[in-house]
Amino acid sequence: MPHDHALHAPETASPRGPVDPADFAHIPGWGVDRDRADRPAVPMERMPPRLDVATRMPPQQPQTVEILHSTERPGITPVFGTTVPPSGVSGGLRRIAFKFSENDVRRWMLLLVADRVHMVEGLVADVGHGHVPNLYAEMGGRAELRHNPAGAARKAATLALVAGVAWWWWRGRSRD
Amino acid sequence: MLAMEYRGPYRVRPNPHKPDPEIEHPHDAIVQVTRSCICGSDLHLYHGLVPDTRVGSTFGHEFIGRVVETGSAVQNLRTGDAVLVPFNVFCGACYFCQRELYSNCHNTNPEATAVGGIYGYSHTTGGYDGGQAQYVRVPMADVGPIKIPPELDHDDAVLLTDALPTGYQAAEMGDIEPGDTVVVFGAGPVGIFAAKSAWLMGAGRVIVVDHVEYRLDFVRRYAQCEVVNFREVDDMAIHLKKMTDWLGADVCIDAVGCEAEGSLLQRLTGVRLKLQAGAATVLHWAINSARKGGRISIVGVYGPTFNLVPIGNALNKGLTLRMNQASVRRHLPRLIEHIQAGHLRPRDIITHRVPLEEVADAYHLFSSKLDHCIKTVLIPPGIAH
Repeated sequence: MPHDHALHAPETASPRGPVDPADFAHIPGWGVDRDRADRPAVPMERMPPRLDVATRMPPQQPQTVEILHSTERPGITPVFGTTVPPSGVSGGLRRIAFKFSENDVRRWMLLLVADRVHMVEGLVADVGHGHVPNLYAEMGGRAELRHNPAGAARKAATLALVAGVAWWWWRGRSRD
Repeated sequence: MLAMEYRGPYRVRPNPHKPDPEIEHPHDAIVQVTRSCICGSDLHLYHGLVPDTRVGSTFGHEFIGRVVETGSAVQNLRTGDAVLVPFNVFCGACYFCQRELYSNCHNTNPEATAVGGIYGYSHTTGGYDGGQAQYVRVPMADVGPIKIPPELDHDDAVLLTDALPTGYQAAEMGDIEPGDTVVVFGAGPVGIFAAKSAWLMGAGRVIVVDHVEYRLDFVRRYAQCEVVNFREVDDMAIHLKKMTDWLGADVCIDAVGCEAEGSLLQRLTGVRLKLQAGAATVLHWAINSARKGGRISIVGVYGPTFNLVPIGNALNKGLTLRMNQASVRRHLPRLIEHIQAGHLRPRDIITHRVPLEEVADAYHLFSSKLDHCIKTVLIPPGIAH
């Protein structure tokens, strides 16, 4: 086995001596925030907050849609987002998920399942509204074709191969 | 209005019929977006990894714009003000905001207590629509946004909403001493800014690790640092120890998060099977590559469950682990000073400007790292590039 002389390097001697700012003159601003007083998030917790407005607890936002809230708090927050309230089967799954605490992995796994169900519901809703989604465009197919034509060709060939095999298999079964 | 709309993993589209946002709270403002960015962490949503990402949501937590309407209680902003909006939705008054932990605000996210409110980042962070749209609702408009100083370039301003403060805070949490060796995992926008910020704090060496060659080339030039392509390395911990006289790095920064490449086991369990909250490859490397008594700073995003990390090694080495989402607002005055002094020029990382109508192509371009993409800016219709 070859002997690795690098292993004889001193284990405890620090190679890091004092720094000479002249060595870093080519780097704009080197060391300007060496002093922790110049670092805006030091210390991590700093009171009072440096905001240019007097802060007081915000009033409660009126609730106009269903908002699910974590069981690790007593109710909804004074301010919240209202986009895409829970609905359909995915909404039901989300309501079940929110019965578990954030400390419970079932909550998060149920939410991931709900997300996938919601995707299917989205496809069904699209078709129900007379809109067949252009999956090629939604997945950025034009960018792939423009910037990675070889990859786009590979994907098209793979898709054609899978479709061909499926068609051949289906035809075989139809004859039986 | 026109808005980006999520339809499922790897599927987004422009929706020209999304209803305009409305004032829902007396402290709200409505902002007309003039620029928004796609962030690396948007890709976790795009790839379907963040629980409670609902179909029909609009992403986008990096945006600037112009105030077009204010709620009855808003005092600091007026119609027409150009504003930079930090990605955190925060109240300024709760226990955590009073300590300047704005990213941990307790009053803006009913859906989860472990994370504060964030624009356009699933219902796990409050269910707010984001800024990849023509208009956006901005809650707590007196405490979050700041007016953009007239001398600040708007391309610099949009990068002050997340990417630059997050990179800076990553370096800050590393508690860098003059002469320290700092290893940054990830050469995306946040990693690039973490490397630049490490120099501001007096680092003696900065080493950036990634596997995307064009990004390593960029960061080598832009941040004047050393680079390592992990695809060319057998074992990351041994490699970094050889580079650091067998001691290990003083500071390791995770600027990658849950979709890290580099470990089949981590990718399989964290990304494909979702048995853990993302691939913790970088955490593993960081803990095993830091010197004893070193510091680990984490700004890469992970899911809410659990990850495979060598916590025993962190204990035995006496490491300090620090992490948080950036509290953007507290960093803005200092970072604007750095931009004005010429220490930082964030807009140089912008590689693509894409009309909002082509948002699906923009996501694919960024996600697949095509056309040497580093940072994409989305421009809503009617806004000059």
